[in-house]
Amino acid sequence: MGLIVPAGSGDHADPTYESVSPNWVTTRLDFLANWSRANSLWSMPFGTACCAIEFMATAASRYDISRFGMERMSFSPRQADLLICAGRLPFKLAPVIRRIWDQMPQPKWSISMGACASSGGIFDTYSMVQGIDTIIPVDVYVPGCPPRPEGLLYAIMLLQKKIRGESLADPTLRVEHMVGPDGLFRRPEEIDEVSEPFGNSVHQTRSA
Amino acid sequence: MTAPVGLPDDAAASVAAVRERFPSGVVRSHVVNHQTVLQVTPGEAHAILAFLQQQPAHRFDYLTDLTCVEYRDAERQFEVVYQLRSLARRVDLRVKIGLDSDGPLEVRTVTDLWMGAEWLEREAWDMFGVVFAGHGDLRRILMWETYSEGHPLRKSFPLRGHWSRAEQTRQALNANPEAHYSMEELSISEAYRELPKDMQERLAESGRGSLP
Repeated sequence: MGLIVPAGSGDHADPTYESVSPNWVTTRLDFLANWSRANSLWSMPFGTACCAIEFMATAASRYDISRFGMERMSFSPRQADLLICAGRLPFKLAPVIRRIWDQMPQPKWSISMGACASSGGIFDTYSMVQGIDTIIPVDVYVPGCPPRPEGLLYAIMLLQKKIRGESLADPTLRVEHMVGPDGLFRRPEEIDEVSEPFGNSVHQTRSA
Repeated sequence: MTAPVGLPDDAAASVAAVRERFPSGVVRSHVVNHQTVLQVTPGEAHAILAFLQQQPAHRFDYLTDLTCVEYRDAERQFEVVYQLRSLARRVDLRVKIGLDSDGPLEVRTVTDLWMGAEWLEREAWDMFGVVFAGHGDLRRILMWETYSEGHPLRKSFPLRGHWSRAEQTRQALNANPEAHYSMEELSISEAYRELPKDMQERLAESGRGSLP
């Protein structure tokens, strides 16, 4: 609803935003907007691996994702509300998912489906992004390898719960998190830290 | 299944013919798991492969695969492997070129013999750094074109790459995802004259693009 405010503009307050504080009208408006947003999430499927098979099963008749207002998959990012990254993301696809995310209009959310999308999973190698949250912001992470359709549906319900708790009075929710001038989405030390080996891959040596 | 009449039905005949024709080009030959393997010298490899492809008696007209192997072996460090098949004779033959990783990792291209070798050689170059001399378009094929860490399947390449994850992410995000295909690659105009007559006419009528 047009509440896009550049980050850090709180000091020299813009009167249009300053006047918006939670009151009876805005909370009723919040309820209406959030109700409609949460129940008509059009998802952009970004399926790269076996998680996409589970995602297709979720969309098919037995699990039927359309019960949650998602019967229309949006294969155009311009009309999508929700990016579902189903599968591991190689570095070669990093600029692609970033561009798709940038093309999606606000309001938008994203789900990282599966171990590989969330953390790199078993692919602790030279070619794999160690968690898509180093490339785009993520709202809900789904564990599993691959997650069962129930897992994805639960993630969608969690996201709907999150959306129902949003407020139009909070302009920070709709801020675009762009790639910075250093060419990175997050600070380099953050990326290195979340990419540290864990679990079994700790025992892999770095050279050969 | 047996080969058509008049053609040898096993790879041993081809190996014997190669040994007779190129006595200094063959290092050794042996059979492993019903697969005949022919080890040849880098210098005469192209002539032997051309002989195997072009001689009517051998007719290895199909290049099944072309790849590289790096060993942890001081005597035999590197191999370029050609898996050949004769569709007419129903015979397979594996040809290997041994290379020393201290010397130049370079062999002659076989794209002049099998057009399908073009992407296979690009992959072998991308992953192992073997230069295929005479290849017209030796670019990366699996990694993106600005990839700067080297050749990932080499034994000396660390599993997680050379750079930090942040640097890898920065370089990946800076890559242009649309820069991977050239118009020449996406065009069939070069192959136009090799198409069947009816297909040529159909393409000429449709008015799509320009024909040579």
